[in-house]
Amino acid sequence: MTVTLLHRPGLARIRTARAPLQLLCLGFVALVVLAALLAPWLAPEDPNAVDLGNALAGPSAEHLLGVDASGRDTLSRLVTGARTSLLGPLGVVAFSTLAGVAIGVTAAWRGGWLDSVLSRSTELVFAFPGMLLAILIVSVYGEGLLAPVIALAIAYLPYVSRLTRSLVLAERTRPYVEAYQVQGHSGLQICLRHVIPGIAPVVLAQSTINFGYALIDLAGLSFLGLGVPALTPDWGRMVFDGQSAIQHGYPLSAILPCAAIVLTVVAFNVVGERWADQVARRDR
Amino acid sequence: MRKTVLEAVGLHRAYGGVQAVDQVSFTLAEGGALGIVGESGSGKTTTARIVVGLERADAGRVLVHGQDRTEHRRGRAHRLARARQVQMVFQDPYLSLDPRTTVEAVLRETLRLHFPGADHPRRIAELLDQVGLGPREAGALPRQLSGGQRQRVAIARALAVEPAVLVLDEAVAALDVSVQAQILNLLADIREQTGIGYLFITHDLGVVRCVTEDVIVMRQGRIVESGRTAEVLAAPQHPYTRLLLDSVPRPGWDPKAIAVARRSM
Repeated sequence: MTVTLLHRPGLARIRTARAPLQLLCLGFVALVVLAALLAPWLAPEDPNAVDLGNALAGPSAEHLLGVDASGRDTLSRLVTGARTSLLGPLGVVAFSTLAGVAIGVTAAWRGGWLDSVLSRSTELVFAFPGMLLAILIVSVYGEGLLAPVIALAIAYLPYVSRLTRSLVLAERTRPYVEAYQVQGHSGLQICLRHVIPGIAPVVLAQSTINFGYALIDLAGLSFLGLGVPALTPDWGRMVFDGQSAIQHGYPLSAILPCAAIVLTVVAFNVVGERWADQVARRDR
Repeated sequence: MRKTVLEAVGLHRAYGGVQAVDQVSFTLAEGGALGIVGESGSGKTTTARIVVGLERADAGRVLVHGQDRTEHRRGRAHRLARARQVQMVFQDPYLSLDPRTTVEAVLRETLRLHFPGADHPRRIAELLDQVGLGPREAGALPRQLSGGQRQRVAIARALAVEPAVLVLDEAVAALDVSVQAQILNLLADIREQTGIGYLFITHDLGVVRCVTEDVIVMRQGRIVESGRTAEVLAAPQHPYTRLLLDSVPRPGWDPKAIAVARRSM
């Protein structure tokens, strides 16, 4: 008990080990996630309500962050747009992580020809630009969030599977794995109960970083008019809609979603990198 | 004459051009203890791994109660049956336990696999008691335990399966001397209580003298000498066994002469 009194790792970490940047980014991530979750209650107005008489108006008490070229409230669109802008990358990360871990673990555990087949075919995806793949799939399946999400998930899968494979290769040589084999546990049980929980923190840290990249890619796609349907509020779409406003000298409605994208990506990357660092240090 | 529990017949294993295990045969009586001694690279660990099933023999058979366990048949029932024939305690207790699993969880996992439906909490307490651990250690992670305690956990985990044979691969080599003695005493007690046969792989002749009844001496993958432990250690027939005995540090010990003798062999 005295040990816990003298040394409080939880509090010490907040006080010293975490740089202010890390805290700031963690706070920003929390803020964006909360905004997305509570969007219907937070947004001051209907994000699609058109008020053409007020088009391109600057910030005012009525519209805190101004109005875009179609007369829609920018703050409401930003808050509601956080939903699609986060949901898309979340789908990409969830699918690529699940499939990537499954492929990586299978390849590393079974080895041999299966490893060659799986590794070579994921490397084939590496050779193909993710955005190009996404544009291809969207053009085949038409508008909607699902098609670009699946396309990007396939594009991100090799990063996860390659990382998982190398981690499992290292993990499976550890004697405790042999001990479980001698005990009569099947390979699947050992993988699910011991190997995957062991490598999970590293893979999840990588997935957090992937989240940022996927957000950029999806924003880029909706900027190109692919993916999100026209009326759905989305940050990338907002930048696209704001283009003409910039030409007319009213940049606010385009710059704000740009800032939201950049800040969110940076925040996710900082949090992910930091997490990966901590995991790496703990294991040493 | 006691019944034979473990029998190895003509084991062979080659890595490239090197014969790691060459024509190795031995028998272990029920409830007996057989030591395999030799220096590093003598093939004793490979022999143990073949017996356990972590390594395949190029030729030869391993029989437990007359049943061949070298032919690897797939399927859950065969896997569990193989596990109940032979269990193993590994050399390094710092590596052979999953760092993320508590002592209790390790045992429960094994009991669930082999004895579903049994009273697990009672059996876990029984096993921990058998290896001299208490409820205090039950909730601990391996890193919170000492080397000796971890090795006790590894022994309890092997005993949980209720095997016919326990293979101990340098099981005390990673522990310091006073703890070694405790673990060896514990192993002797367990053998007396349970009648499990021990296959003791070691380079330490003191350990062999302490816990085994029979011994085989291996060198370069071959058995050079075998017999009752007391007789082999008292009157070694093969020059290599004599060399091993001379290599143990003691007063008046001459490492140079041993090095010369080793080179001339």
